[in-house]
Amino acid sequence: MNPSLESVLQHPGIWRGDRRAQTAVDALPSGFSALDELLPGGGWPRGALTEVLLARQGIGELRLLTPALARLPEADGWLAWVAPPYVPHAAALAAAGIDLARVLVAKPATDIDAWWTTEQALRSGACGALLAWLRAADERRMRRLQLAAETGQAWGVLFRHARAAQERSPAALRLLLAPVADGLAVHVLKRRGGPVSRPLVVALPPTGAARLARCPAPVLALAHS
Amino acid sequence: MLWLALHFSSLSLEVFTRGAPEPGPLAVVEKQGGRTRVVACNTAAAACGVCAGMAASAAQALADGLVLCRRDPVAEQASLDGLAVWAGRFTPSVSLAPPAGLLLEIGACLNLHRGLGNLLKQARNGLDAMGHAAAMACAPSSHGAWLLAKAGIAKAIRDPARLEQVLAALPVALLEQTPRVLEGLERVGAETLGDCLRLPRAGMARRFGQALADELDRALGRQPEARAFFEPPARFERALELPAPVHAAEALLFAVRRLLPELEGFLVLRQAGVQELELVCRHERRDPTRVTLGFVKPVRDAGRMQLLLRETLGHTRLPAAVHAIVLRAPRVLPLAGANVDLFLTKSREADGDLLLERLRIRLGRDAVHGIATVAEHRPERAWCTAQGSKRVAVANRHRPLWLLPTPLPCRDGRIKLKSGPERIESGWWDGGDIARDYYVAEDRDGAQLWVYCERANGEWYVHGVFA
Repeated sequence: MNPSLESVLQHPGIWRGDRRAQTAVDALPSGFSALDELLPGGGWPRGALTEVLLARQGIGELRLLTPALARLPEADGWLAWVAPPYVPHAAALAAAGIDLARVLVAKPATDIDAWWTTEQALRSGACGALLAWLRAADERRMRRLQLAAETGQAWGVLFRHARAAQERSPAALRLLLAPVADGLAVHVLKRRGGPVSRPLVVALPPTGAARLARCPAPVLALAHS
Repeated sequence: MLWLALHFSSLSLEVFTRGAPEPGPLAVVEKQGGRTRVVACNTAAAACGVCAGMAASAAQALADGLVLCRRDPVAEQASLDGLAVWAGRFTPSVSLAPPAGLLLEIGACLNLHRGLGNLLKQARNGLDAMGHAAAMACAPSSHGAWLLAKAGIAKAIRDPARLEQVLAALPVALLEQTPRVLEGLERVGAETLGDCLRLPRAGMARRFGQALADELDRALGRQPEARAFFEPPARFERALELPAPVHAAEALLFAVRRLLPELEGFLVLRQAGVQELELVCRHERRDPTRVTLGFVKPVRDAGRMQLLLRETLGHTRLPAAVHAIVLRAPRVLPLAGANVDLFLTKSREADGDLLLERLRIRLGRDAVHGIATVAEHRPERAWCTAQGSKRVAVANRHRPLWLLPTPLPCRDGRIKLKSGPERIESGWWDGGDIARDYYVAEDRDGAQLWVYCERANGEWYVHGVFA
């Protein structure tokens, strides 16, 4: 290739359609190298909104995020949880390497308060990461969150139902998760850079007791294995 | 020594007007020799032709809707004390010059405030924020500075010889002497301080008394001055009358902002912070409304208090119009001064506290919390809400990230046990005893659940989700 063309292509403002954006995005390594390769900048985007779409809770969506949450530098401030559907269990968070002193849980009573809390927390610059479970999303509200995350340089993660996959969204990164054996199939719906056609299977660390299932007799009635 | 003198020429008026951004025509009146006369009026009243010295009835005829306030020396003294407290942010050596002056010894603290120019700018901004106007002057002697300030000569003089030059041009009427002495000076043709200084000293002392010679010496810095310094009160409580009744809580913010610099000065002086503020809104014929404001940690910064006050007042409903407010700091806590960061980086910690306080104001105190582990086998008691806990967390990698607030009966038979059991039997001593076998299970949709079998009756429950 022509050397001058080569130098032009090295410019961060130049984007080539055939690969993920090599932009100067501030990214947070996800802890899964295969996933990092798919994500622009090599990790979760900071100063932007990440949308995680899933059909139901509990398929491993948090285990996908905890390595990054554990690595977030202390100077970045709070790890905020807005309107979590259940109680984040302290012992499990600590086991995942998350500093509990930085965890902030907010339980707003109404949807409006929940959106307000999310926006304020993202904008404040006091949150390194924010996980939110919000209802009644619309594009205008999402855009406000995206702008707030840019202002506060926070990594905002929004959990939504997989139904929302067809809707338009201003989020910088959209992932659709589906459970597979011992892991998650991650389908990148949207990213900065070109589209990704095939889903990526991420192997998650095993859950619960390390002992293998040796189901004793009394529970056989329940287990259809 | 370098003294900064502040002369508040319109203090009697500001006592009434500073609680509102643009008060209507207002005049302060005082009984003088059997007749009520105007002693001061604001610009709105002056625009209607009201001026000082006018009879109250004449002023009322001139300006429609003129509010007349009887001069309140007690409030003026309280305001002056408040200003002295505010001035404590610049120097600990603050001296009162009643009825309307302050003298600050600033020679020793110029470096702290990065020079005289910067200090004067800060002082002017602070006075603006409080709604006070002052003539400021600096001189090596306190009385010299005071005379300059009273004459309205906004100069900063540091050289004694130059001070003598400038003072010489001032009229003798500024001197704090009896009318008899001032009349006598006029009779001998001494109109300025320079004229007085040129009089033979011994003769002047014989004719007008030693007091005049002493005052001139003190002004020029030739005689040491003994000034009593202001001692700040132990508690902070300041009241402010509003020029017109206020109905909306948001509008109170303006009045509260007038008091915050005083509070900040008070806290600087005491090397303290407040964790709680109380705002009492007084109504006519009704119990006052109390608004309290809580902070995560002791704070001193007026800007931060203002931000939270705005949010709190936005959520406050007033039962009636407010005619006066009182700002009170019930408890003062020690707080070391903040170090200035070498690289001037933004402090995320302060941002974090501010965010926490703002969320708490809107969502309620219990709706925003941190979490901590508890050394306990029962899963539902193994965590607690906490804030800024420094305890070492008890990690357990066999626990799910989501815990259900209450275990749900598991009626769906189509879940598949994957590993377990883990037996937890504990709590017989406090009545909350449990005896359970915990398993990791997977349901039809591939979600990992934490289920248990109650050993007493064999019932199955879901207690957590491995999200």
